[in-house]
Amino acid sequence: MTETTEQIADVPEAPSAAIDSVDLSAEFRESGVKEILDELDRELVGLLPVKQRIRETAALLLVERARKQLGLSHQTPTLHMCFTGNPGTGKTTVALRMSNLLHRLGYVRKGHLVSVTRDDLVGQYIGHTAPKTKEVLKRAMGGVLFIDEAYYLYRPDNERDYGQEAIEILLQVMENNRDDLVVILAGYADRMDRFFSSNPGFRSRIAHHIDFPDYTNEELYLISEGMLAEQNYAFTPAAETAMREYIDLRRNQSHFANARSIRNALDRARLRQANRLFESANGPLDAAALSTIDEQDIRMSRVFSGGLDTDKPGSPRP
Amino acid sequence: MRITQGCFSFLPDLSDEQISKQVEYCLENDWAVGLEYTDEPHPRNTYWEMWGHPMFDLKDPKGVMMELAECRTAHPQSYIRVNAFDSERGFETVRMSFIVNRPDNEPRLTMTRTDVHGRSQSYSWQAAHRG
Ligand SMILES: Nc1ncnc2c1ncn2[C@@H]1O[C@H](COP(=O)(O)OP(=O)(O)OP(=O)(O)O)[C@@H](O)[C@H]1O
Ligand SMILES: [Mg+2]
Repeated sequence: MTETTEQIADVPEAPSAAIDSVDLSAEFRESGVKEILDELDRELVGLLPVKQRIRETAALLLVERARKQLGLSHQTPTLHMCFTGNPGTGKTTVALRMSNLLHRLGYVRKGHLVSVTRDDLVGQYIGHTAPKTKEVLKRAMGGVLFIDEAYYLYRPDNERDYGQEAIEILLQVMENNRDDLVVILAGYADRMDRFFSSNPGFRSRIAHHIDFPDYTNEELYLISEGMLAEQNYAFTPAAETAMREYIDLRRNQSHFANARSIRNALDRARLRQANRLFESANGPLDAAALSTIDEQDIRMSRVFSGGLDTDKPGSPRP
Repeated sequence: MRITQGCFSFLPDLSDEQISKQVEYCLENDWAVGLEYTDEPHPRNTYWEMWGHPMFDLKDPKGVMMELAECRTAHPQSYIRVNAFDSERGFETVRMSFIVNRPDNEPRLTMTRTDVHGRSQSYSWQAAHRG
């Protein structure tokens, strides 16, 4: 997005030469930001542009903090953000870590994340919306408010829609309570763009637009390995091959949701593994047998027989 | 006459910053914080009007302070108090309560003695609002 670079350029350049009494690298180490960035690198596969943007944001905040310490003119930077990307590309996961990061840097007091969608903010009848939105805002104070699929707040086809009321309250709080909370909007890029063009107030209050790319097949495979390891499972070599083929096929079928499709596929694979063990085992099973995902646990998936519309994420099938 | 009930009422009024710190303490204890107001500060009047619902799941006192600001705008000449409710089994009660807003002119509490049977008397208190 071209706009993104403009927004960054607005921020004053770090006067690194002028600062000689603030040790930025020591600040960096002591703030605990380094651990979070390392953790991000270690635990999240891929997402290079996202990680890069987060690093830049962290650097900006550290410099702002140093400026403040030296009594240089500083302005609480606007930290409201927008995450765009397809389903399952890690937006929610990153938002959670973002709140932690902002907390370490002292930009939010508590560092919790309150995740909401339209239904949590917008009411059903007159007078219902404002209290609902305020309730959520009160809970989010001191932390990060994450609004998933933010464009549903705005329904252009219905001019009496209560979503507009929620939008107005949000805009006000985003402006007046910049020290109290950070708002992160998330959704698909094209719809988000349309949302912003009909709600310019939002666009002008959001300084950071971060785009989440789809994962490559290799990245998805690494994610699947990581998820299995987390739950104490592992692929056999044949299952690995099957999983890679699965990813290749799954990507082009309907309802593909990146890492979430992987998580769902693994949930189903575990189900099949359990069934297989039940039906075939006739003696004691060791830990290795209980934690091995074999080729057939993957290959029995409908994805290999052309996939079906019914193979929706979230509906486990044997 | 300065009404004294709840915590801190013998101290000078708390500043907003001090109120915020007390609320922080309540939240750290996992107590639900609620606001109530009244213009009837008689000690027997335990049921004040609720200002909205008690606030559960708050992490930061700012949410309470926002409600307090709104309540003060709506009822500048009322008593407002902060209540912190502990839902833990065995307590299930208000653990802390303190006044955060008073009218400019506080009513006077007067006592009336009434002779009843024989030499016994009964006492009653009245909150006399001054015009
Ligand atoms: N880079 C990654 N490495 C490991 N796991 C990941 C990664 N990205 C996402 N996941 C996992 O994939 C799942 C979906 O991720 P997440 O909920 O963050 O996606 P999302 O972008 O918010 O999706 P949606 O738009 O549908 O809400 C989660 O279980 C998360 O743990
Ligand atoms: Mg999400």
